[in-house]
Amino acid sequence: MDIIVCAKQVLDVTEIRIHPETKEPILSGVPKKISDIDKNALEEAIKIKNKIGGKVTVITAGVPEAAETMKELLAMGADEGILVKTQSQDYAVISKLLMKAIEKIGAYDIILCGEASIDQFSGQMGPRIAGLLNIPQITYVKKLEVEKEKITANRDTGDTIVTMESSFPVLITVTKEINEPRLPSLMQILAASKKSIHEWGENELLTKVEDKTVTHKVTGMTSERKNKIYQEENLEDSIKKVVDDLFKEGILG
Amino acid sequence: MRAMIVVYSDDKKLMLELLAKGREIADGLNKTLVGLSVGESTPNREQDLIYHGADQVVIAGEGQEHFKAEEYSEILTSIINELPAEIVIIGNTKNGKELAARVAGKMDVGCITGCTKLDLNEGKELVAERIVYGGNALAVQSLTASPQIYTMAPRVTDALPKDETRKGEIIKKEIAPSVPASKIINVREKKVEGVNIEDAEIIVSCGRGMKKKEDISLIKELANLLHGETIGCSRPISADLNWLSEDHWVGLSGHKVKPRIYVAVGISGQIQHLAGMRGSDVIVAINKDPEAPIFKATDYGIVGDLYQALPFFIQAIKQKLE
Repeated sequence: MDIIVCAKQVLDVTEIRIHPETKEPILSGVPKKISDIDKNALEEAIKIKNKIGGKVTVITAGVPEAAETMKELLAMGADEGILVKTQSQDYAVISKLLMKAIEKIGAYDIILCGEASIDQFSGQMGPRIAGLLNIPQITYVKKLEVEKEKITANRDTGDTIVTMESSFPVLITVTKEINEPRLPSLMQILAASKKSIHEWGENELLTKVEDKTVTHKVTGMTSERKNKIYQEENLEDSIKKVVDDLFKEGILG
Repeated sequence: MRAMIVVYSDDKKLMLELLAKGREIADGLNKTLVGLSVGESTPNREQDLIYHGADQVVIAGEGQEHFKAEEYSEILTSIINELPAEIVIIGNTKNGKELAARVAGKMDVGCITGCTKLDLNEGKELVAERIVYGGNALAVQSLTASPQIYTMAPRVTDALPKDETRKGEIIKKEIAPSVPASKIINVREKKVEGVNIEDAEIIVSCGRGMKKKEDISLIKELANLLHGETIGCSRPISADLNWLSEDHWVGLSGHKVKPRIYVAVGISGQIQHLAGMRGSDVIVAINKDPEAPIFKATDYGIVGDLYQALPFFIQAIKQKLE
């Protein structure tokens, strides 16, 4: 079984601070990592490989430095990595690059993606790639069962659980709840350095790279809260004080 | 012929909101607003789309029993091409998002999902706002290619009042999508308690600090005391543990709430949860970890174990109310 996992290098959003004057998010110096839900996708891929056999390839489209972040995915159990080097962050461009990379790999039965990346959370990548390849998509999957000839998946739409079945190839996007991504051992981390990450240029895959979305401005959302913290030695005293204040300030009562 | 704006949602309430937004944009640009109805067709419902702002209603894919991305994206793509539509606005439900992105992929155009604002600027160009960086920032974006595809969040705008004097045509289109390699084998309704947390005035919410499901009764007790209509929760309580149905889930992928008072109990304050509760007027938090991120996003923070703090808190409020 040939399994392809699409993963994205993202900024660790919990480390983003807002500039007090410009109100813009400060992005320089923010650590980078593989988007959390993409690791769930990889975990699922490894499970399928362990059950049925096959090969797991991870693809990332991003800046050259992403090769470093990708090593974690190889340590987790991906067999091979492909980095498509691009500066673009546009969904239309990235999805086409990933699609072209998948076509170049040639053999694919299952393509796995996270439901969305934690930085942009647009949820576009999986369905876009499926649309471009014109293959079935099953999104927001919480449970997946793979057999030799078909896949059965439960997708969660919020108010319904839809059980779907598909032959191969198929694209699946998973949610965080589907599994608990493994932590690679030291041995696996060391062994990962022997696995290869192939780097492909965007121009090898696409003749024209043209963004379709323009971002005019990004403004940080600062919360202007009172931040009154009640931490008395005696908890009951804290509670009395806070309840006094809540009534005094007309919030309760 | 005037260019068209097409709106579609699988959520009936959101569909009416999309019509209101579509009407506003259509009037601003002098375009025709088309409401799309896919699946089972009912004359009353289609007439209703006209009464709520559509100039035209297109019915397609009547044989489709359930939403499915492959078939729906073929139907929508074919309608966009045929009309032709310049602007497509889809309801930002899970089905809507996967539909919009698949169509955008097929047509190789831009798409902005989860718009929390979608307005014409002075130059009469559509400009969208969406939440990025896990709720830390708002991005202002626009699309360059045509058709432009957006998905709009619920409650960005109110539905227009029903106007039974409005006239419009209803057109049926026969579009037979190709048979895809996937199929639906079962659809199960999740147990929902019919609570609309997004409209609640007072919300008491619980998180991973709760040790067991039964302890939610403590949260309910406080909620009752404060006359809260519903209780909320963070992702793990709903999505992982299933202690509460997902209509209680407050967060970026759950519900975004705007109550007068939000009480967060045993919630550490993951960034996605903070994004969901940000619209609250006043936030009170109880957490045993003084370093928990929730305290940075709180008006009144109590550091203490919830199992000790809640009974005191309930008692102190009762005394005040007497």
